[in-house]
Amino acid sequence: MTATADTRTAAPLVRLTDAGKNYGNIIALQGVTLEVGGSEVTCVLGDNGAGKSTLIKIIAGLHQHTHGTYEVEGEDVRFDSPREALDRGIATVYQDLAVVPLMPVWRNFFLGNEVRKGPAMDIAGMRQTAKQELLDMGIDLRDVDQPIGTLSGGERQCVAIARAVHFGAKVLILDEPTAALGVKQSGVVLRYIIQAKERGLGVIFITHNPHHAYPVGDRFLILKRGRSLGYWKKSEISMGELTGLMAGGSELEELTHELEQAGGEGSGLREVAHVFGQEVAELHVAELSAQRTPPSDNTGARQEPPQP
Amino acid sequence: MSQTVDVGTPPAPARDERVAQRSTLGRLLARPEIGALAGAIVIFLIFFIVAPPFREPSSLATVLYVSSTYGIPAVAVALLMIGGEFDLSAGVAVTASALVASMISYQFSANMFVGVLVALVVALAVGFINGYLVVKTGIPSFLVTLGTFFMLRGLNLAVTKIVTGNVGTNDVSDIAGFGMAKNIFASSFTVGGVSIRITLLWWILFVLIATWVLLRTHVGNWIFAVGGSAPSSRAVGVPVNKVKIGLFMTVGFLAWFTGMHILFAFNTVQSGIGIGNEFIYIVAAVVGGTLLTGGYGSVIGAAIGAFIFGMTNQGIVYAGWNPDWFYFFLGALLLGAILFNNFIRQRAEASR
Repeated sequence: MTATADTRTAAPLVRLTDAGKNYGNIIALQGVTLEVGGSEVTCVLGDNGAGKSTLIKIIAGLHQHTHGTYEVEGEDVRFDSPREALDRGIATVYQDLAVVPLMPVWRNFFLGNEVRKGPAMDIAGMRQTAKQELLDMGIDLRDVDQPIGTLSGGERQCVAIARAVHFGAKVLILDEPTAALGVKQSGVVLRYIIQAKERGLGVIFITHNPHHAYPVGDRFLILKRGRSLGYWKKSEISMGELTGLMAGGSELEELTHELEQAGGEGSGLREVAHVFGQEVAELHVAELSAQRTPPSDNTGARQEPPQP
Repeated sequence: MSQTVDVGTPPAPARDERVAQRSTLGRLLARPEIGALAGAIVIFLIFFIVAPPFREPSSLATVLYVSSTYGIPAVAVALLMIGGEFDLSAGVAVTASALVASMISYQFSANMFVGVLVALVVALAVGFINGYLVVKTGIPSFLVTLGTFFMLRGLNLAVTKIVTGNVGTNDVSDIAGFGMAKNIFASSFTVGGVSIRITLLWWILFVLIATWVLLRTHVGNWIFAVGGSAPSSRAVGVPVNKVKIGLFMTVGFLAWFTGMHILFAFNTVQSGIGIGNEFIYIVAAVVGGTLLTGGYGSVIGAAIGAFIFGMTNQGIVYAGWNPDWFYFFLGALLLGAILFNNFIRQRAEASR
């Protein structure tokens, strides 16, 4: 534990400072500052097209940043391939998870990293390890021989996370792990994020759902149209403020008016609009209080990047 | 992970109590080859009852011989299909290998093994070209190998006619090295008064090796993976292209082996044979439980599939039925086996 604490105080596992990315003359991402240390969860929030994918790709080594700095454990880096990022312990779990549905769980777990014993594989050892690793993550599978396609979406997500952890990940990048899941399954995945954190990993959790981000996150970065709207520690921002910033209060207000006009006398739509309006009013309060902690520099010419 | 956090998980139990609920039968039924095995038993019993000559040990030896000549290439075709690809050129590649070996040795008056080795190189090259075109262009292997199928078919006939002036090759039995080559590829031996062809032993050997590779080695893991999901395999570092090209070359290798058997069993080769056999290899694999879409299957299943084909092929003759009906019976059997397989697999999946 002391070793982890030392590195945390010395330098975070991953730190981006004022990082940005241009595709030719298109600014996909700019002015992003973010850090994650061991046993920390940094959440990246943003709507579609906010630049989340570009950010992941830079950290994962698929793309290179064009501005600012990217440090891993205090060392300036620029990855040419995901393999290099992996070698530094930065593993990405993408939405499609990179699993083969028809293959047993243990074969998927070790796919591409098979443990060999002479010319053959150490099948008994791999089965046991897969089972144990999953158990350590709190996933109690009936049978590691069942095809991974028979697991639920949340369980599959967790196997992918456990696999990354087992193969030496220090930092996990989770790309919208809860986006396609129901409420209960999302809860399961969130619990594994906490598990990973308790095991000393740094987690970068990408999501567009503040309700998922707030309970597990230590720091929050909100992206909008390729720019950072702000970067907060948990103590500096409340759930309501986070939601308000994410949703963009004025846009919701417009929607409320539209709903009201569309709904005739006595229609259900009218009621919906009413409830909606109340929520927007609450959000307004939240947004005003959020502005007391000013988002990082919002000056300078703004060029709107198209969605990548 | 040097740092282990105790999160209060109990030590792994040696056996999960929920696994015990799954019966041995259920485990057996989940195997891909089980449907084919049941089908083979039923067909064996039918011919055993209706065709007295079928009961002779020598008949079984003949059935096994016929099965082995289709079963050997079916081993590689099954692996390829588990890897998610097709090869329609396998049937004529067998003939092409035999023709090359025969003509090279005869025309250059070379030792038989010169022709055999040149044929091996040609067969592996055909496999490599098939595989390379499939992985580099992304065109479905069905179309790529349909193209090479027609090209080989044309080459077999045209080149043979140019070289020999005939549609068949000359007799190679006088060429130096023929005897030894025949011993390797087409000899027979007697066990308890029954003559057994050596291809049966080779077939068993190839099935065992392929099954071991598929189930016990990392290469086998990769074969299942590239057939199940090539993009996912690539994402975790599996060399997808190498695996696929290797599988096409394995088909080339076993097509070559079968071609050598044909050459040394008959001494001459007709350039038009082998057309249509590629479907029998595929049928054997599919009857044996290999999924047409890849990622699932068994080499042992393909062997049982080839055995079913051999039994039907010979059984109709032994039963004294009109052989004109052979393909009708074969088709009906195929359909029956596939439906049965489907039924069993669904039950097995449901019982999980």
